[in-house]
Amino acid sequence: MTVPLRPPRRLVEITVDGEAVRVPEGDTILDACAAAGKDIPTLCYGDTLTPKNACRVCVVEVEGARTLAPACSRKAEPGMVVGTETERARHSRKVVLELLASSVDMSTTPRAAEWIDEYGADPDRFGPDAATVAQPAKVDNELYVRDYSKCILCYKCVDACGDQWQNSFAIAVSGRGFDATISTEFDAPLTDSACVYCGNCVEVCPTGALSFKTEFDMRAAGTWNEDEQTQTTTICSYCGVGCNLTLHVQENRIVKVTSPHDNPVTHGNLCIKGRFGFQHVQNVGASADG
Amino acid sequence: MDLRFRDAEPTAEERAAVDALLGEPETGWEGGARTEDDLRFAAAPAEERRDQLLPALHAVNDRVGWISEGALDYICRRLGVPPAEAYSVATFYSLLSVEPRPPRVLHVCTDLACQARGADKVRRDVEAQLGPAGTSWQPSPCLGVCERAPAALALQAGEHPTATVYGDADFSDPSSFDWISPEEDTPDVPGVFGDDPVRAAVPQAGDPRLVLLRRVGVVDPASLDDYRATGGYAALRRAFELGPGGVIREVLEAGLVGRGGAAFPTGRKWEATARQFDRPHYLVCNADESEPGTFKDRVVMEGDPYALVEAMTVAGYATGCARGYLYIRGEYPRATRRLEHAIATARARGLLGEDILGQGFAFDIEIRRGAGAYICGEETAIFNSIEGYRGEPRSKPPFPVEKGLFGKPTVVNNVETLVNVLPILEQGAAAYAAVGTGGSTGTKLFCVSGTVQRPGLYELPFGATLGDLLALAGGATGALRAVLLGGAAGAFVRGDELDIPLTFEGTRAAGATLGSGVILVLDDTVELPPFLLRIAEFFRDESCGQCVPCRVGTVRQEEALHRLTKRRSAGDLVLLREVGQAMRDASICGLGQTAWNAVESAIDRLGVFAEEAS
Ligand SMILES: Cc1cc2nc3c(=O)[nH]c(=O)nc-3n(C[C@H](O)[C@H](O)[C@H](O)COP(=O)(O)O)c2cc1C
Ligand code: SF4
Ligand code: SF4
Ligand code: SF4
Ligand code: FES
Ligand code: FES
Repeated sequence: MTVPLRPPRRLVEITVDGEAVRVPEGDTILDACAAAGKDIPTLCYGDTLTPKNACRVCVVEVEGARTLAPACSRKAEPGMVVGTETERARHSRKVVLELLASSVDMSTTPRAAEWIDEYGADPDRFGPDAATVAQPAKVDNELYVRDYSKCILCYKCVDACGDQWQNSFAIAVSGRGFDATISTEFDAPLTDSACVYCGNCVEVCPTGALSFKTEFDMRAAGTWNEDEQTQTTTICSYCGVGCNLTLHVQENRIVKVTSPHDNPVTHGNLCIKGRFGFQHVQNVGASADG
Repeated sequence: MDLRFRDAEPTAEERAAVDALLGEPETGWEGGARTEDDLRFAAAPAEERRDQLLPALHAVNDRVGWISEGALDYICRRLGVPPAEAYSVATFYSLLSVEPRPPRVLHVCTDLACQARGADKVRRDVEAQLGPAGTSWQPSPCLGVCERAPAALALQAGEHPTATVYGDADFSDPSSFDWISPEEDTPDVPGVFGDDPVRAAVPQAGDPRLVLLRRVGVVDPASLDDYRATGGYAALRRAFELGPGGVIREVLEAGLVGRGGAAFPTGRKWEATARQFDRPHYLVCNADESEPGTFKDRVVMEGDPYALVEAMTVAGYATGCARGYLYIRGEYPRATRRLEHAIATARARGLLGEDILGQGFAFDIEIRRGAGAYICGEETAIFNSIEGYRGEPRSKPPFPVEKGLFGKPTVVNNVETLVNVLPILEQGAAAYAAVGTGGSTGTKLFCVSGTVQRPGLYELPFGATLGDLLALAGGATGALRAVLLGGAAGAFVRGDELDIPLTFEGTRAAGATLGSGVILVLDDTVELPPFLLRIAEFFRDESCGQCVPCRVGTVRQEEALHRLTKRRSAGDLVLLREVGQAMRDASICGLGQTAWNAVESAIDRLGVFAEEAS
């Protein structure tokens, strides 16, 4: 494969927590923080997607700005002075975590518990009557499950399904404000929608709201155990494109399939065969019509 | 993109409504009759027409009252829009329904100015007669007729949709729901009933000192001849003499500052847009006016529509735009009709179109109707709404002057800001700037509402104090308790702070804001906690839902206020403050950033909840 030559990008110097950091022009504050070895929490940010900067858990303080800035999307500008651990930034992160964890089931969101602890967030402070997005999981096909009681409305699935990757536009945000949810048209079952079961939405979902049916069922049965799983990356054999598949195996069964995001061609995206074809191999008979 | 549809078909009526807007379908793929050609060329709709999505949704909603799945699919076929996206847009707007409902829906204002003047009773009366809210009636945020609070608006779908505006609404008698007969139609506002309020809305009408309101209630708003006879189009002629750069210089020197709430210098915005190489440039007039307590833009548009047409033409000329969009809130049927009429008349008379006044300048105006979403007044949300997307704000940078509507350089201005350009050009920058104070030049429109003797729209030179204005409006009806300045996104001041100068700098120094010019007066008959609750409810309802601090924060704010109205608790006050700070600091746009302002000022300045807090 040939890599197109691009002129080297100019470097921009900014200050992060008092330390000078140089990053290529066009990089974000988050990139600069990573370069400086800072660990900023992120939820709606996706390494393969255009930042939507919706969750605001990554906010940092930029000197001279009236409001805090989302690190994941704000570009580093020469001379910027960024504070990642200021009282204001930490306060907003704490409250954002409280707001999310009090309204959404974050039990399967990686690192959520760690951050809640780190920022001293107390999601219970809003009392037992605090409104939540709790609702029954949508199980309308054999391949993956949509449990929107775990959805933080990060828009990543919508972007992956729409113009950023899949171009299927099967799902979008419907409603407004706290009542907004991810939905097909008229909340039709997925089997009636434009979904092609590429599972690219599942790939990017940061909370486990979207999960393989295998994972959903095993969690329900109490048999899901990530510690016992192995991951093996291979090349998909269904067609000639040669996508990378990472097979997650527990007790000799493939329980889910992901794809490396750093693959320069596919960026973690697959089609139904690579993503869900293992089910045909494993459980003859259980098939999905879609 | 591969569009997939379910089997729902539109009814003949739905199809006719869409076709009336978009023309007859050309191919079977768009839902027309299939021909052999269609099988050979699997053509998607030829041009990008996504921006017709909201007008098409309106067309069906106006005709039938709601949007069925068949209608939505048909619109999608015609425009090449995925159904999930169209559904996502349709469910964003509160005036559109994707559930069946009767053709006539009564929108009862339960917002601030109306609440101060008996909206609760109106609501109870309506409920007693029409049953629970949801289908035939619904509670509404501010309808922009606060000077005649309590207010309501009935929208009737049909081939000729109609609207009835109710001021001083009283539904205690069932006959008040009766139809108003179409014979009472007035020619330039077809289909809009209810008392014509515009003169009554301006207690100063006819006063020779008025500048922005000088024609309102005095000159026939339908007549272009009367407009020209009273000085109309002198400013545009002057603009052509000065040239685009000269106009911008005048606006800069006049010190004009935006009246939409953000108080940004207009000349600088114009200059920055004019300078952009990327073409075309667009002008957007922000007439979404949905800040509770605000009705100034409505009065200007209903009472002097040609002034806005002329002002937009001047703005387009100065900033290099050939097209201006007038984005007007869906709850303003009369202003919409008046402007449709004014634009058509101006076009017919060569004052819009290819060669305006023979000067070789081409400019035209397109009206776009909002559909019930306060957030669409935010200057980037308005772009998404016009383009056919959900009215969610975009992140800035990039700023509108670089990448705005359709990704092009765009200047967004409020109605009142734009009409100020006329006196600037008529009198010259120096004379204009001689009125007012150093930081706030010219005159200002104030929307006075609430428990006050003479509510209405007032115009005063900058520098007048709150006390001056209230005196003009006859004072509070009872003992003055507080004034909400700037609307729901503004701040309260106490009844003893009447010497605050009503200028940008004066209100800022007092820790308040002019905002959109709301002066909502509360006397001692108004209970503050329920009033605060209504503010919180407004923000919760109107949050677009994009960012967490606002989407969830506004819910938590409302919940805490609910608890506080029942039982004072220090913990809930801390909670409000902490959530409020995060909303202010970490929200994407001004809605979330200001959602706690008024509540904060009520606690800190008025001492609400202070007494018994433990
Ligand atoms: C939530 C929100 C709602 C707004 N609504 C309006 C509105 O209805 N009308 C308006 O002119 N400006 C509104 N604004 C302000 C606009 O974003 C923008 O500043 C203004 O239209 C610019 O025009 P101006 O410079 O002439 O004031 C709103 C801002 C926010 C954050
Ligand atoms: S599986 Fe693929 S097509 Fe289906 S909703 Fe997810 S991203 Fe869209
Ligand atoms: S389902 Fe997952 S990816 Fe989609 S918005 Fe919710 S949390 Fe984000
Ligand atoms: S602050 Fe509120 S209205 Fe603004 S983008 Fe965020 S959720 Fe939407
Ligand atoms: S990760 Fe930056 S806003 Fe969500
Ligand atoms: S019309 Fe009711 S508050 Fe404005």
